[in-house]
Amino acid sequence: MAPIIKTEKLNHLYSAGTPFERLAIKDIDFEAEQGEFIGIIGHTGSGKSTFIQHLNGLLKPTSGKVLFNDTDIWESKAYVRDVRFKVGLVFQYPEYQLFEETVYKDIAFGPKNMRLTENEIDLRVHEAADFVGIEHELLDKSPFELSGGQKRRIAIAGVIAMRPDILILDEPTAGLDPRGRDMIIGNIRSYHEKMKSTVILVTHNMEEIARSVQRLVVFESGSILMNGTPAEIFMQGDKLQKIGLAVPEITRVIMRLRELGLPLNPSIFTVEQATEALLNLKGGRKRA
Amino acid sequence: MLRDITLGQFFPGKTLIHNLDPRTKLIFTVIYFVALFISGSFVSYAIILVFLSVCITISHIRLKVIMKGMKPLLIIIVMTSILNLFYTKGEPIVSFWIIKLTYEGIRNALFMILRIFLLITGTFLLTYTTSPMQLTDGLESLLSPLKKIKVPVHELSMMMSIALRFIPTLIEETDKIMSAQKARGADFETGNLIQKAKAMLPLLIPLFISAFRRADELAVAMECRCYHGGAGRTKLKRLVMKNRDFLALMAGAVLFGITLLFNSLGI
Repeated sequence: MAPIIKTEKLNHLYSAGTPFERLAIKDIDFEAEQGEFIGIIGHTGSGKSTFIQHLNGLLKPTSGKVLFNDTDIWESKAYVRDVRFKVGLVFQYPEYQLFEETVYKDIAFGPKNMRLTENEIDLRVHEAADFVGIEHELLDKSPFELSGGQKRRIAIAGVIAMRPDILILDEPTAGLDPRGRDMIIGNIRSYHEKMKSTVILVTHNMEEIARSVQRLVVFESGSILMNGTPAEIFMQGDKLQKIGLAVPEITRVIMRLRELGLPLNPSIFTVEQATEALLNLKGGRKRA
Repeated sequence: MLRDITLGQFFPGKTLIHNLDPRTKLIFTVIYFVALFISGSFVSYAIILVFLSVCITISHIRLKVIMKGMKPLLIIIVMTSILNLFYTKGEPIVSFWIIKLTYEGIRNALFMILRIFLLITGTFLLTYTTSPMQLTDGLESLLSPLKKIKVPVHELSMMMSIALRFIPTLIEETDKIMSAQKARGADFETGNLIQKAKAMLPLLIPLFISAFRRADELAVAMECRCYHGGAGRTKLKRLVMKNRDFLALMAGAVLFGITLLFNSLGI
């Protein structure tokens, strides 16, 4: 199957031609298949935010190409605009972009820009509200009356309502309490399962990425350092720690147990897997 | 890009000009402006030009930077010089159809170009070598006599420094919100004037809300540190006039005197 989105030798130079010139990303080759769930991790300033803004044409690459369904997104002005609707991007702290009088109108902003019919817009607003767990009574309220977590979910619904083929979220759980975090990650997973769309999640939280994603891409100073399944990546804990990133806490526990001599699989990265492995181990010993 | 705006940008440095007291630089700039406006002969302009070149050389500000800042003002300079060139009465040198070129016109146009150029470069030199903080401190100190007639000088200068401090923050914020709304298909470029103004709403409303939020947060943070206005407030970095400041002011007075002299001589 051909990748839905692909980048070839992507470079981006900030403030070109001034003393403040800085290469934000260099030679990024990246591919995503239809329906894949990908996680992107990396330091602040590692270029991951710059990178994702290239995928929907908000930033124009200094050199290199972004291909959506095998067509260069910068081929024509109309195509870039079209791609913006197909590649939905949720920025960091998206609740600060809300502006309409009612929640309904704010979610409808994207679909309206797509020039959909009133009926279609109505359908999509309700569908998106359902995905993020916003009760329909709230749709007529002002977004500014709601809590921080609700605002964040409404902002995400505003992008989901465009039914993008690719949904990209930049740290969607930053600054939320554990309950709010779980809720948003749950919403994103159910969107991925039901719509079969590609999801790219940028985050700092290793636990939440370990549970959800099928593939993990690690960014370091503007390049892709590692690319593989969470198990493959987290097995190289030293390499991650060297660039200042951590493995999930439970993986650290398992690593320590291995050092102490327990025969555990090093690719454990969720609490459930750990429980199972430890119970197996215990059961195995009893039998012996 | 919005980020590339260079308005009153400060270039840190350790030269004599950088180290002068901001009050000296402010007074000096005023003297310089007055000298510039009263001078009306080539010699006096030449003296000011030489003087400014010396200052720029001392300050290590590159000519390229100044020229770059001058670019947006090019249209104004060209327009005024053209107007002066053709609309000054005098002996015509060349006359063609309704266009009359006079000696006085050429002279006025040249003077106007020089005057605007020197005016702007002088201001650039001030803002390039003085940090916004120093500038407001200097202004506050110079205007402090006005406190006697109940002008809230400290509060005004505090507002000014806060405004200056938040310009880059707000530019960054504007950039971010613009990208976010573009990601939802907002179009800021096409359409007629009314459509364009309407398209700004999704940008302006979040921007205003965030400005109010920031103002509120800043006010709380200031109160937490017991800010209560100017009365009895001491400064970490007090402004002290040094020898070099008096020397600089004397140089300013000399410059002013020479311009006056050549002006009255009419050469």
